[in-house]
Amino acid sequence: MIPAAFEYSRAHSVTEAVAQLREAGPEAKVIAGGQSLLPMMRMRLARPAHLVDVNAVRELDYVRVEDGHLRVGAMTRHVTLARSEVVQRHLPLLAEMASEVGDAQIRSRGTLGGVMAHADAAGDYPTLATMLDAMIVTDRRRIAAGDFFQHLFTTPLDLDELVCEVVFPVAAGPRRYLKFRRRLFDWAIVGAGVQRTEAGWRVGLTHVGPTPVRARGVEAALASGATPVEAAAHASDGLEPTSDVRATADFRLHLARVLTRRALEQAA
Amino acid sequence: MGQTLRLKVNGVERIDEVEPRLLLVYYLREVCGLTGTHVGCDTSQCGACTVLLAGAPVKSCNMLALQAEGASLTTIEGLAAPGELHPLQTAFWEQHGLQCGFCTPGFIMAATALLADNPDPSDEEIGRGLEGNLCRCTGYVNIRKAVKAAGEAVRAGAAAPMGG
Ligand SMILES: Cc1cc2nc3c(=O)[nH]c(=O)nc-3n(C[C@H](O)[C@H](O)[C@H](O)COP(=O)(O)OP(=O)(O)OC[C@H]3O[C@@H](n4cnc5c(N)ncnc54)[C@H](O)[C@@H]3O)c2cc1C
Ligand code: FES
Ligand code: FES
Repeated sequence: MIPAAFEYSRAHSVTEAVAQLREAGPEAKVIAGGQSLLPMMRMRLARPAHLVDVNAVRELDYVRVEDGHLRVGAMTRHVTLARSEVVQRHLPLLAEMASEVGDAQIRSRGTLGGVMAHADAAGDYPTLATMLDAMIVTDRRRIAAGDFFQHLFTTPLDLDELVCEVVFPVAAGPRRYLKFRRRLFDWAIVGAGVQRTEAGWRVGLTHVGPTPVRARGVEAALASGATPVEAAAHASDGLEPTSDVRATADFRLHLARVLTRRALEQAA
Repeated sequence: MGQTLRLKVNGVERIDEVEPRLLLVYYLREVCGLTGTHVGCDTSQCGACTVLLAGAPVKSCNMLALQAEGASLTTIEGLAAPGELHPLQTAFWEQHGLQCGFCTPGFIMAATALLADNPDPSDEEIGRGLEGNLCRCTGYVNIRKAVKAAGEAVRAGAAAPMGG
């Protein structure tokens, strides 16, 4: 399947990328790893008139720790996150998630910024960002993760706005992220993540609705001394997932509870 | 409208004019004439089109040719000198790691990257390392055997897997 024709330009800096997006107008799109955008273009679900390639924007490829925060450039690829000693030490759950995004080939190309901007309901990093209150930094503003994932594939990003960085709080305590899927490289049918922080447990869910969910009911139960089994029973509170070919809504609610319990029991 | 693409394919420098929408796999097959890289699913699922980009495995059906600007690519044709076989090619042959062979170039390229990182992978590590590749006829048991045998050959110094 061949995508419809488009114009192509390559940016070498954030400034250049934004200028190229502006000049190309509202039908232009950023291409990062292309691992979500190209499949959509080949199926003609997306038909941008112009692609601005940001793979040569070196200034967006970094991982560093500053003032209790892990700052990750938008062009950092999954494989880099998975192997980074800095990530493994300061936010190991991010490295663990990265090592299970798609398959080795997808991980060579796909980027953190691409996952955030794409805002697929089954994306893994958006769940971590939501449960830890991460900040998405663009070329013009900072947006809290809780405000960023508005709906399926929907974010507050302007058409010419570039995601530059994601800022996570560091957290190296017990954690676990579990995905239920039929084949290793599939997206999560449902995912559950737990992270122990200085302020208690944070719990997040993937693909139980159009956006990632912070399971506050589970967090509150744990804070008041509930066991993992008791707390996980709250994982499906207030959720309204939809049914699709992979899972019915009821099965998704069941998975939310079971995966949350297992993640809490296995957290290390 | 064509744009200039400069890159290295199997060690050879090339300059071509390509349309932006040309996918890397069709560039390799139709412009370079390297038809060893196969198109299986065409939906980024099967891994038959896997090639190495600066040593990293990528699905060439899921990349624009222009995104390989300045890069060094290795395809199945570039793994060994003409008339010779890479240890993985020998091992797939000897261990019966293929039936129809359609998936084989992709498996061998993905396994090359795997062995470059980890020359002595466990069964589990081979399974994980090759999770992006599907085979519809051999099954995975002999493929795993082939990767193990190639790992042994590489460790014994037959030849280093190409890192790109
Ligand atoms: C077989 C397969 C399995 C996968 N499994 C998973 C999985 O398990 N979990 C998971 O999370 N993902 C999965 N993915 C998706 C993968 O992680 C993608 O890499 C990711 O969703 C998009 O990142 P990208 O860099 O490839 O972005 P692209 O595909 O290049 O872009 C995606 C969208 O984001 C926009 N965009 C990209 N970067 C920016 C930026 N810096 N600023 C503004 N907009 C931007 C683009 O315009 C486009 O709309 C899978 C993909 C495939 C093909
Ligand atoms: S043809 Fe590229 S992944 Fe199947
Ligand atoms: S050998 Fe036929 S698909 Fe793998």
